[in-house]
Amino acid sequence: MSLKQVFTKEEIERSITRISHEIIENNKGVKELVVVGIRTRGYVLAERIAKGINNLYGTRLDVGALDITFYRDDLSAISEQPVIHNTEIDFDIENKNIVLVDDVLYTGRTIRCALDALIDFGRPRTIQLAVLIDRGHRELPIRADYVGKNIPTSQKELVQVKFQEIDNEDSVTIEETQDDKEENSKMGS
Amino acid sequence: MHLKLLIKNGHVIDPANKIDGVMDILVEGEKISKIGFGLDVKAETVIDAAGKIVVPGIVDMHVHLREPGREDKETIFSGTKAAAKGGVTSVLVMPNTLPSLDSVGVIKTLNDIIKKTANVGVFICGAITIGRAGKELADISALKKEGIIAISDDGGSVDSDELMLKAFKEAKREKVLVICHSEDKSLSGKGLVNRGFTSTRLGLRGISKESEYKRVARDIKLAEEIGASVHIAHVSTGESVEIIRKGKLKGVKVTSETAPHYFTLNEEDLLDYNTSMKVNPPLRTKDDVLAIREGLKDGTIDVIASDHAPHTENEKEIEFEHAEFGSIGLETELAVSVTELIGKGLLTWSELVKKISLNPARILDINKGTLGSGKDADITIVSPDKEWVVNKVGFVSKSKNSAFIGKKLKGVVEYAIYKGKVIYKA
Amino acid sequence: MTKKKTAKWVHKDLLGLEYLSREDIELLLDTAESFREILGRKIKKVPALRGKTVVNLFYEPSTRTRVSFEVAAKRLSADVINIAVESSSVRKGETLNDTGKNIEALKADIIVVRHNCSGAATMLARNVNVSVINAGDGWHEHPTQALLDMFTLRKKTGKLEGLNVSIAGDIAHSRVARSNIWGLTKFGAKVTVCAPKILIPPGIERMGVKVTDNIDEALREADAINILRMQFERDDMKAFPSQLEYFKSFGITEERLKKAKKDIIVMHPGPINRGVEISSEVADGGNSVILEQVTNGIAVRMAVLFWVSQVKDKGTSIP
Repeated sequence: MSLKQVFTKEEIERSITRISHEIIENNKGVKELVVVGIRTRGYVLAERIAKGINNLYGTRLDVGALDITFYRDDLSAISEQPVIHNTEIDFDIENKNIVLVDDVLYTGRTIRCALDALIDFGRPRTIQLAVLIDRGHRELPIRADYVGKNIPTSQKELVQVKFQEIDNEDSVTIEETQDDKEENSKMGS
Repeated sequence: MHLKLLIKNGHVIDPANKIDGVMDILVEGEKISKIGFGLDVKAETVIDAAGKIVVPGIVDMHVHLREPGREDKETIFSGTKAAAKGGVTSVLVMPNTLPSLDSVGVIKTLNDIIKKTANVGVFICGAITIGRAGKELADISALKKEGIIAISDDGGSVDSDELMLKAFKEAKREKVLVICHSEDKSLSGKGLVNRGFTSTRLGLRGISKESEYKRVARDIKLAEEIGASVHIAHVSTGESVEIIRKGKLKGVKVTSETAPHYFTLNEEDLLDYNTSMKVNPPLRTKDDVLAIREGLKDGTIDVIASDHAPHTENEKEIEFEHAEFGSIGLETELAVSVTELIGKGLLTWSELVKKISLNPARILDINKGTLGSGKDADITIVSPDKEWVVNKVGFVSKSKNSAFIGKKLKGVVEYAIYKGKVIYKA
Repeated sequence: MTKKKTAKWVHKDLLGLEYLSREDIELLLDTAESFREILGRKIKKVPALRGKTVVNLFYEPSTRTRVSFEVAAKRLSADVINIAVESSSVRKGETLNDTGKNIEALKADIIVVRHNCSGAATMLARNVNVSVINAGDGWHEHPTQALLDMFTLRKKTGKLEGLNVSIAGDIAHSRVARSNIWGLTKFGAKVTVCAPKILIPPGIERMGVKVTDNIDEALREADAINILRMQFERDDMKAFPSQLEYFKSFGITEERLKKAKKDIIVMHPGPINRGVEISSEVADGGNSVILEQVTNGIAVRMAVLFWVSQVKDKGTSIP
């Protein structure tokens, strides 16, 4: 088992700042813009991106948290029991431009669930996707609009994102695992 | 010239003759002809019983073989096959058949069936009242002439003191034993399990202990008035044990019996609504189990009988409330007793043989329960330490409703011999 | 990944709260919180049980519990089939086990069973491989009712520990009382049961409750009172003088509540008998959470359906 760091604290911060810029540019401002993060680390990242945009634009964006457990299509296949968190979207998403945020984009299945979940809250004008790491191996036709870093991986590898708020450090590491089945079962996150 | 059967080197236990040691037994025809050390006889059949226990065949004085009327549950044939497998060579069949064993006609029919199909000795307990309805006394003298040796309204109790006094009088005159299923149904009502914390926990109607022991006290009191013998069936509560103990001290001719489930299982075993453990009287508390064991040890309880009560799956694998009461027991009673009573140091083998063979034979006044020469060659040979697990599939009985399914037991019947013939071999 | 809860759900069936640990119950209540949020959305539905079939097998007429389970299953995108069986014909008809096996052969995933016999759900669970949820069995347990009561209490007060909860009514014949007692005592709530002496079942103290036949005493310290429906049509109730008599001695009225804590929570599993165990003023008053209980019932049942459907190792006898 080997562990290698692929993204440092500084690189993470720079990526977030860049993504914040890109979002403003792409949306020609922040009008009707909201940020929704997928529990758990996607939400942390969403808050940081929102903070980045707020700092640049002097605004206060709405940030929501989305738990996609009840939307997963692999509930009966995963080996571990799901951990359920609350969804907290305290604002109307009707006709909004939503930036959906997750830490790692992998098979695309998590994002598929998140899209289903979001649409159950109403009809947004657009949904854009921001991720810190895109590691490839997509199983669905999904791509990110904003990417911190593309990291080519093998399916045996485990990409681990850590954030200060949860893990007491900011880092991205890749770990070699023995069993690629286990890796597959962990979906895209 | 009779065929000879020689049982060699077994540990023979025959409390009637104070025998407890390695000996040989010679059987000629239906009778035991000789018992002694190193018998040097040529015999057609020789059984090597080294390392095994050889006891008088078990006399089970409380079984329901359901014939006539409910042959789907059990028959004389199937029930006595099951008996043989359990080492039981004599049974007393209870009268709650369809119709009840309350008339000369039905007893004649039953005797006929027994003659044709029984594999072990079958003795008959007639009904006390017609239809076991507690209203009108059966013709006990006529039933006696057909061969009944005891009377009981088992499954129910005669509520009327007056009628019960009459029954005791008749029984005394006719020299038949009165066996009491002591239950006051006005107290037990529609109860399903022992009344107390467990009935509350399960949300089931309770059967109070009073419903048993108050009736035990009454039955003993009435027997005492007449000076008749009374046998209290399937004792389940500590209070009943105490009442019987006092009766015996007072000199009343009272004997009593319990069933293996009452000294082994308690009400908490019912917490998963296992209907095989739904019995009447119900499984009681842990304290009652201890009191029953004490009663067995000090002789208050004379007899262990199975209360073998077969029921079909349709009557048992249903809602607890609707399921019939009763557990089969012929095939497990010896092993449960060996495991729970000998295994836990409560009784010696000799004491156990008294409870399962000698005492019931004496109480019923039948020529069984001992291995003396000239006696009927009813013999059971047991591997005392061999273990087995009670499995639904293994039962010979037509019904499988055993309270002991899944239990690991010690003691395997290797041979059952009835009147000189090997009727069961493991 | 850090985990919010480490509790593992291992139960194929939900038969009663007696058989669950505090952690199990906490997991159900926490999950119910998530579902409670979903019930507040415009689209009150998630696909968690899509493709699964839930059969409501009811041997007793019970509109509210059946509808609550039906709504819960539908909010989870399950297909729901309702089977109502006349209990009077039960003994003549198909046995419960046979019915259960038939439902299993229809490839249902969960059977929600309501039955007038105590232990019926337990027996069914023993005989089928699909999940069985007890929606009330005889006098034994009604676990989802107690869970929704506990959920409502926890939501109102923040915690169950140390809470004084009184349960009043026909304790002897109440599955709601039993399930509440098992559940609440696991959380360290102090439970008092109150009923006329003939309706107190033997040994109930051993479940960890205080017993009284004085309703004012039961109300005095209570943070919440759970009022059970009185069923005077029962055979056992013939001994009881009259409904009016009961109302006089045990009915929950504004007069009586005046002597209780000001913010006492008034609960009732429904359907309520106005003027028998509870006055209309109290039922409709500010302390009553009776309608909230109904909404919470859906969330709690969603949580139960969700978790039993997550247990994979069910064994299977079906090819």
